[in-house]
Amino acid sequence: MDQMSQLLKLLEKTDYIEINEFRMDFEELELQLAPAVQRVVQQAVTKQAAVQETMKKMEAIEFTPPIKDYPGDVAQVQLGAGSRKPVYLGGQKALYRFEEPQPNPPVVTFDVFDIPMPGLPRPIREHFSDVMEHPGDWAKKAVNDFGANMVTIHLIGTGPKVMDKTPRQAAEDIEEVLQAVDVPLVIGASGDPQKDPIVLEAAAAAAEDERCLLASANLDLDYKKVAKAAVDYNHAVLSWAITDINMQKTLNKYLMKEGLTPNDIVMDPTTCALGYGIEFSIDVITRTRLAALKGDKDLQMPMSSGTTNAWGSREAWMKNDAWGPTDYRGPIWEIITGLTMMLCGVDIFMMLHPLSVQLLSEIGSTFTKEYLTTDVPDISNWITELE
Amino acid sequence: MQVTAMDVYRLLPQTNCEDCDEPACGEASCMAFATKLSEKEAQLEMCTELSEEAFSKLEALLAPAVREITIGTGDKTITIGGDEVLYRYELTYYNPTAMVIDIADNLDEEAFNERVKTIEETEFERIGELLTLDAIALRNASGDAAKFAEAASKLKKAKLPLILCSFDSEAMKAALEKVGDERPLIYAVNQDNLDEMAALALEYNCPVTIFSPNDLEKMKQMSRALRDKGIQDIVLDPGTFVGDGIGDSLDDFVMIRRLAVEERDDDFRFPLLGIPALTWLYEKDEVQGGIREATIAATLMNKYADILIFHGTNIWELIPVLTLRQGIYTDPRKPQAVDAGLYEFGEVDKDSPVLMTTNFALTFYTVEGDIKGKANTYLLVLDTEGRAVDVSLAGGQLNAEAVADLIKETGIEDKVENRTLIIPGLSAPVSGEIEDESGWEVLVGPRDSSGIPDFLDKLKEKS
Repeated sequence: MDQMSQLLKLLEKTDYIEINEFRMDFEELELQLAPAVQRVVQQAVTKQAAVQETMKKMEAIEFTPPIKDYPGDVAQVQLGAGSRKPVYLGGQKALYRFEEPQPNPPVVTFDVFDIPMPGLPRPIREHFSDVMEHPGDWAKKAVNDFGANMVTIHLIGTGPKVMDKTPRQAAEDIEEVLQAVDVPLVIGASGDPQKDPIVLEAAAAAAEDERCLLASANLDLDYKKVAKAAVDYNHAVLSWAITDINMQKTLNKYLMKEGLTPNDIVMDPTTCALGYGIEFSIDVITRTRLAALKGDKDLQMPMSSGTTNAWGSREAWMKNDAWGPTDYRGPIWEIITGLTMMLCGVDIFMMLHPLSVQLLSEIGSTFTKEYLTTDVPDISNWITELE
Repeated sequence: MQVTAMDVYRLLPQTNCEDCDEPACGEASCMAFATKLSEKEAQLEMCTELSEEAFSKLEALLAPAVREITIGTGDKTITIGGDEVLYRYELTYYNPTAMVIDIADNLDEEAFNERVKTIEETEFERIGELLTLDAIALRNASGDAAKFAEAASKLKKAKLPLILCSFDSEAMKAALEKVGDERPLIYAVNQDNLDEMAALALEYNCPVTIFSPNDLEKMKQMSRALRDKGIQDIVLDPGTFVGDGIGDSLDDFVMIRRLAVEERDDDFRFPLLGIPALTWLYEKDEVQGGIREATIAATLMNKYADILIFHGTNIWELIPVLTLRQGIYTDPRKPQAVDAGLYEFGEVDKDSPVLMTTNFALTFYTVEGDIKGKANTYLLVLDTEGRAVDVSLAGGQLNAEAVADLIKETGIEDKVENRTLIIPGLSAPVSGEIEDESGWEVLVGPRDSSGIPDFLDKLKEKS
């Protein structure tokens, strides 16, 4: 190949040529180089024009975030007063933080029991075996070692078929926990519809003016008694319905008739665990939050999740070598259950495993920051940087 | 904005195919066909009376808010996208999130083959469904084009479709020369390589991803540029920030999907891709990393991810995410039920025990999983309209009369000589009534069906 052909070959894929210290006879250029150069220059000009056109067109495209107006908002509920450091739930005016900053981070409340609870799964028991005899110590460990925002004291021992503890004994347990920690409390009973209202009333009196959350009022028990205890001793009430938005509305209405306001009610639309109906909870919780923002006054309260239900799933606790250790499966089961509820609009989570609590709180806290205000790492080389 | 049957009907010929006994669409009227079309239960092509213009109008009208895209060819394919709504209770979410595992092109031969095998063989059975992984993402970790191409050709033998991950268009070209005929997903276009990658996508007719971390304006511009070039199969990656930035990632995902569904913004009507694998850039501990990666995956899957790339392959990490996917992508309009009736497990004869459960899919398959291969038994499945034992007991579908009818209808009395029915532990409250109504002796079985084999063994010892 002569030099000229080589040059032409090189020029074939060239968009432009830059010529330094170039000397050539003009006639030669005109006669032999001109057609090739002209073609290349022509191509380059067209191509550059096209690129500029694309760039111009691209720059003309503007992006507007899809932000909506919501006619309604969620009431803010304060938990903790008196000798408690208060936390706040709810208060949302929009669905997502890119629409409007979210007022309060999600809150995690650690489950603590008034009896040693032999039935707890091993991955949880092993963290608490040293404190399970005393609910005060248990609560202290949850707060000091595992960073709980709140503690839920379940008065399981008052169950007639458990230890049949008296309301007076229940009140003593509440006093023990109140002394041990300065975070707000959720007070849960045993699930016995006859006894729960009496137990909750005694516990509410013992914690007067501390603004606890009484768990729970539902349509199967004397919810009026629970509501009255809340009004008399300054507490909030957990309004619990079973994955049914109409049942939830009815119950909330009844509770408001008893003197409670939306600032005194937290809803529990029931958490079905991961793999065990979580999709039903997704639907109900999503619809409830949307209804609140659209202006339904009977549903404008923050929501709670009994995330602990996740541990009832056999994949969370059952030993099975083919599935790997429960030490890891269990926490993930609880995290994903809680996280899914959080993404649908739940504000407060009752949880059991320290790692689950930590990860859910971490992610939850990012949801109160404003869009594009976090320093994000450069991930543009992830393909080569990942090991 | 959902398309109604009426919107569709307006564009149909409205002839009701009067002159024809057997209309091609198989429906009695155009309105019936319109309903089927709007519910995605019929194809437009079934109507033979449409003008070209009406056809294309209807096609645009019926196109899902999020474009449906197929990766792979032949029996190595996955389909992603196709969603119409923001919330699953409005209509089902279509095409479950594809779960993909990465593989580096610089692994040694043995490690490479081992990883491919792990990806292909990962499986987990749940509620009668075998849950598996969907694709392999080949990562140009070496930065070398020849190595990338070589690794890609090795994956020709793999059973799963491919995603080719490189920002270097020369490397992408080299790999496509080997596997471009298998329609891999090209990952990814960015600002610097847009023209070259677009040319490759067109030449090989492959779907292509746009990578625009935390910049939706740029993403919109790139999407428009690709669309202007005639590229239709686009996947969007707005960046996965696994630490404090996860809130931004979530916002980006939600905004894109909202723009697609509610505003029908053509630049964003594409499937979304997330990369929980990025967890491992910051976390080296296998357990912490696995738990965190699953957490990121669940976050993005809940908010619209259509395809997720993982790095971890531990089954304990993948099972919860696979389970979440199964839940989110069930059809809320259909009860999850199995056929009622008589089922047989193992070698049964006239002395075999008779168990009972409900036809809620989760209940049935849990029981099935616990007795299959472990017990020889009959199982009566009661129609509780897809409700679990405790729920149907409370709701009245599980009652003595229904159980007595089930015994009669299934003809179990001709198959066994014994007259003992073992009912689920949770249905103990109606055991007496069932005895009265059916004339059978009733035994209350375990509360959790994992106890059934033991229960049957002990029963055998006693007799």
